[in-house]
Amino acid sequence: MKNIKFFLLSSLIILFIPIKSFSLIEVDITRGNLNPLPVAVSPLSIDEKSKKSFEGLVKNKDIGEEISRIVENNLKTSGLFNPLSKDAFLQAPDIANLKPRFEDWNLIKAQALITGKVTNVDDNLRVEFRLWDVLAGKEMMALAFTTVPTNWRRVGHIISDKVYERLTGEKGYFDTRIIYVAEEGPKTKRVKKLAIMDQDGANNKFLTLGNELVLTPRFNPTSQMVTYLSYFRNLPRVYLLDIETGMQEVVGDFPGMTFAPRFSPDGKKIIMSFAKDGNSDIYTMDLENRIVEKITNHPSIDTSPSYSPNGKFICFNSDRSGYQQIYVMKSDGSNVKRISFGNGIYGTPVWSPRGDLIAFTKLHKGKFYIGVMRTDGSGERLLTENFYQEAPSWSPNGRVLIFYRETKTDDKGEGFSAKLWSIDLTGYNERMVKTPTDGSDPSWSSLLSN
Amino acid sequence: MKLNKILKNTLLIVLACFALSACATKKVSTGQMQGDVYTGTDTVEYLASGVPDRVFFATNESVLTTASRETLRKQAGWLRKNSDVTIVLEGHADERGTREYNLALGERRANAAKDYLMTYGISSDRISVLSYGKERPVDSGSNPLAWSKNRRSVTVKAN
Repeated sequence: MKNIKFFLLSSLIILFIPIKSFSLIEVDITRGNLNPLPVAVSPLSIDEKSKKSFEGLVKNKDIGEEISRIVENNLKTSGLFNPLSKDAFLQAPDIANLKPRFEDWNLIKAQALITGKVTNVDDNLRVEFRLWDVLAGKEMMALAFTTVPTNWRRVGHIISDKVYERLTGEKGYFDTRIIYVAEEGPKTKRVKKLAIMDQDGANNKFLTLGNELVLTPRFNPTSQMVTYLSYFRNLPRVYLLDIETGMQEVVGDFPGMTFAPRFSPDGKKIIMSFAKDGNSDIYTMDLENRIVEKITNHPSIDTSPSYSPNGKFICFNSDRSGYQQIYVMKSDGSNVKRISFGNGIYGTPVWSPRGDLIAFTKLHKGKFYIGVMRTDGSGERLLTENFYQEAPSWSPNGRVLIFYRETKTDDKGEGFSAKLWSIDLTGYNERMVKTPTDGSDPSWSSLLSN
Repeated sequence: MKLNKILKNTLLIVLACFALSACATKKVSTGQMQGDVYTGTDTVEYLASGVPDRVFFATNESVLTTASRETLRKQAGWLRKNSDVTIVLEGHADERGTREYNLALGERRANAAKDYLMTYGISSDRISVLSYGKERPVDSGSNPLAWSKNRRSVTVKAN
């Protein structure tokens, strides 16, 4: 675990950001996009000498081509863009980056064009890229940065985020990671490990060995810390893990099971449930002064707490009405109000990073749904229905949800699988997120480069 | 007036019981379930001859059934005779609930069993409780019978 190092953000130096405000192409992300924007992602040009040197440094045959492929893949999976086939490109990458022949790009129906150039500067990776509006024949954005060569995949993600932001007006979510539980083995004896990967599935790493059951990892929104539940020594407890150093510790000194942990938005507290004598209540622990506070005090099951992004409110689920429903309260535990009143039972509420919505799991008539509602419970919208799915986690820009889905087994109890899936807030663009093993309990990190 | 009210309430309760039992009878789908509580013995193991190791629950419930209480009384008797034995009560839920809620539900079920054993004289020092939520089903099926086997509290010898 110790060899997992995260790249220093300071090694990523943005050299210039010329901001030109044209109102050119715009992509509307507020509704399902049935006409994704046709975009041409030209391979980033690279001189032979740099190409050779990077081949030695990061074992990559054509780093310019590879980076452009990462951008292409990100834009495509967002569902908002339609990257065009490179076979149709008429202009060579190096010339396109200097001065695109817009007629050529127009001919293949590209509306936006991304070009760029990679060079080796003192064994560092220098990347410049440009975004062009093909119809207007204008440059929309130009950026350059220098970083260590091993950061090359992140360069692709950062370019994707910049393009996404320039064209949609909102922050992207590509330079991010997902922490999740990797699962293997028969359903009755699942082996579970913590795993982390880039948002696009690359760089998958296992963080635990699978000797003990682990569940529900969640990122600290402000650092590379993770909180999760581990059955280490058969004592289910909430742990804190520093993924840079591999250091871990038990959170608090509770005489029983602690579970359902999450960080506060400032990353300074952990909120979780503590179960004792058949009753689960919600507690917080301040990570600096270790002060523990009891937030709910009710003989029902109170669990799955999640803070609002301003830290002033907490949503959670409770069966105090008889069945699992969603409640909102002030962060000190006062003013508890039930907000879910639809048919069925409701659980796993998670407050959107934008503050306006709460995502949840709903069970109604034997089907599980992932949905969203406003924070007062109005405007319920179900995004997807399945045999079993739960535990949505928001992308940092609040536009995409990732969750897990389990299959129904056959008559012999076989055919079980658990997979990660994502869906846009619009209810469109549902897709499976590929993982090397089965996966569950995903949690999306904040943007790494912010 | 007050008596009248009490009588009325009693009548309502009697009626409610009647409705429930009628409902339960109707729901029996196989010889192995009563309502949706498992009554079979497929998965049951024994702490000693005639002492079953587990009790079963209805969906979302942690209330002990008559059969469960009988099983726990047998366990209490056996534990009284074997006073050096300590136990772990492992609480479980079926796969049809969210993971975190099920952890709490498993804990609640195991504690229902613990409370009952304590009323039959077993010291809480000898009992620890461990919830697995839905993490350790005994039956991997995705059907009501399999789920009923998985909603359980299992008494496991700890020493």
